[in-house]
Amino acid sequence: MASDAMFRTCPRTGLQFHKSAEPLIKLNAVAAVVMLLVGGTLALLITLTRWQAIHLIDADNFYLYLTAHGLDMLVIWIIFFEVAILYFCSSTLLRCRLATPRLAWLAFALMIIGTVTFNVAIFTGRATVMMTSYVPMPAHPAFYLGLILFAVGALIACFIFLGTLVVAKAEKTYEGSIPLVTFGAMTACIIAIFTIASGAIILIPTFLWSVGYIKHIDPAMYRVIWWAFGHSSQQINVSAHVAVWYAIAAIVFGATPMSERVSRTAFLLYICFLQLASAHHILSDPAVGTEWKVFNTSYAMYLAVLASMIHGLTVPGAIEVAQRKKGFTKGLFEWVRKAPWGNPVFSGMFISLMGFGFLGGISGVMMGTEQLNMLIHNTIYVPGHFHATVVIGTTLAFMSLTYFLLPVLFNREMILPGLAKWQPYIFGLGMGVFCLAMMGAGTLGVPRRHWDITFAGAALPYEYPGTALLMLAICGVSGVIAIIGGAIYIGITVGTLLFGRKLDEGTYTTQINPLRLPVQASLTGHGHAGFAAPGTFVFALVFLTAFVLYYFVNWKYLSTVWGLS
Amino acid sequence: MSAILPPPQRIWWKQPIDKVEILWIAIAFVWCMVMFFMMPYWHVYGRQNLSSETYRVKPQLYAKAAQEMVDKFTVRTEESNKFPVVAPPAGSDVYLTARLWDWWPVLELERGKTYRLHLTSMDYQHGFSLQPENINIQVLPGYEHVVTIQPNRSGTYAIVCNEFCGIGHHKMVSRLYVK
Repeated sequence: MASDAMFRTCPRTGLQFHKSAEPLIKLNAVAAVVMLLVGGTLALLITLTRWQAIHLIDADNFYLYLTAHGLDMLVIWIIFFEVAILYFCSSTLLRCRLATPRLAWLAFALMIIGTVTFNVAIFTGRATVMMTSYVPMPAHPAFYLGLILFAVGALIACFIFLGTLVVAKAEKTYEGSIPLVTFGAMTACIIAIFTIASGAIILIPTFLWSVGYIKHIDPAMYRVIWWAFGHSSQQINVSAHVAVWYAIAAIVFGATPMSERVSRTAFLLYICFLQLASAHHILSDPAVGTEWKVFNTSYAMYLAVLASMIHGLTVPGAIEVAQRKKGFTKGLFEWVRKAPWGNPVFSGMFISLMGFGFLGGISGVMMGTEQLNMLIHNTIYVPGHFHATVVIGTTLAFMSLTYFLLPVLFNREMILPGLAKWQPYIFGLGMGVFCLAMMGAGTLGVPRRHWDITFAGAALPYEYPGTALLMLAICGVSGVIAIIGGAIYIGITVGTLLFGRKLDEGTYTTQINPLRLPVQASLTGHGHAGFAAPGTFVFALVFLTAFVLYYFVNWKYLSTVWGLS
Repeated sequence: MSAILPPPQRIWWKQPIDKVEILWIAIAFVWCMVMFFMMPYWHVYGRQNLSSETYRVKPQLYAKAAQEMVDKFTVRTEESNKFPVVAPPAGSDVYLTARLWDWWPVLELERGKTYRLHLTSMDYQHGFSLQPENINIQVLPGYEHVVTIQPNRSGTYAIVCNEFCGIGHHKMVSRLYVK
């Protein structure tokens, strides 16, 4: 079996690619970028409409595009890319043949068919129900069917990943344990299986309801189970992009995890607790009890938050240790100053980490606090939060990884390297301001998913403070900047695939070099005062201070509103 | 050697942990405990806690109760849309109905008094968003949510719908007066 599998060794990195896995990794990544283009175009129209002074498109199309933007970006772009990452982390990193490549083609086909199906339902105007499709607002059955087909495809891909781990173990392609990055990908895969199961549990009955076989879907039950799908799918992203952070730290700096034990335990916390945290979408709902809300969002969610705070220290910490070993030991921060800021693989990853932690992480905990949620629920603060986690966090991390994969996987020299250098800054900083402005507008009460906050034509209109309109204008400007950054990424990626200079791709052989490593001592004794990563620790304390202050500012604000009991 | 290769020590869970990590985990864990403690603390000492009092309800029965309140306590009608403005007595049950695409009726409350505010939807899901207070509560069809409220400032407030409910969603906005 193993002997007839063909492998190519990348002459630049030494990574080995399985011949049957290679086109699958490529195609899933390309499908992802195509959907990013679709979603990004819609993003431009949406952001220019919410900017009240421009108010570009009409209400019908606004809600229609918003539905498509949510699904194509949050689900389709990210999951296609994640499937590519799953295949890469199993087959390539373990130097193992991909399990059942034919089934992987089936998975890819199902995902494409599903994507096309629900997009047709949306763009023909039969499913303007937003990404969440809360019952009893009905959508065309093709909408639910498309999502189900896509989910089945993604589920098959997850099992192919697990199958590949089994093959690698059986054929002894590595020694000891799987690498940390593969471990992170496995975390993502396990969460994905739970997530897709939840999606099936709620979307299959909803599909049957839409064709008339089921009479009633309870709206409260729908929300609880839908969010076990909707929120957990974002946890797939978190696990995947944290794995990508570790991968990039390893690729760019040769960084070793500070402690395998700590990093792996933190991934384990994700598996155990992230799903329960989905309950924070239900905090301002009727029909569930206070104890249920507090349990699921505190014990459960904070252990997941703890895991993210750990990764937030250990990823830059690993970089700091690696830099100090290279001799950048002056003071607390020489390792940061001397980092390769002109390399988009690194700069994108670092901006992703900062944006995810400071903007996405802190705001997420505010929303996940039972009482504070009332100040935020369904305001534009919510998309402000998840654009920080999913766009700065996940999307930018995936973009950075792409710059690494272009020469390695696609064997093309990247075009326009000078422009690529700036891309993470344009995209990351544009998006950062965009998120902050959205959170600002949300604090002033501006609703999400709303075509016109001037309420033109309403009988009893309300006038939002001028600052709210200013915030939306800032969103518009910074959103356009971020979209330019996204367009540069797509331009460079597609341009490289079409016109980039071909690089030596190495030859295909049946020989694999199994991963056998010399045992090494664990790290000790770098840095200041017996601290391996003192600079990172200072960053962490700055983060904690911002977190604590903002947390109590929100409680102060809550204490001034109407009494509620 | 690096995160994309197998761990160098076969038994990686016995690898010692650096001081910086231990210290950060301890600090982060304590902070998580503080955040956990704040929620029950606020339930005991805070004055803004969302009630979980909920009943399953048939729309017709709810509409009947709301109509009775309107018949008894209407003080005037709103000029622009002829909606009744209802001033129910302090401490009473107040019914606010969300439907495509308005909030019915308009309420007039007194500052410092408490009311049992009932919320439900007649059709799709809606979002109760009181502005500029910025208190936001999900409203579901088939469920009657009872929240005790105590307005602490007088003035004219708006109730905006902040859950997407179809093409008239952005016109679903109403008023609430506090004397």
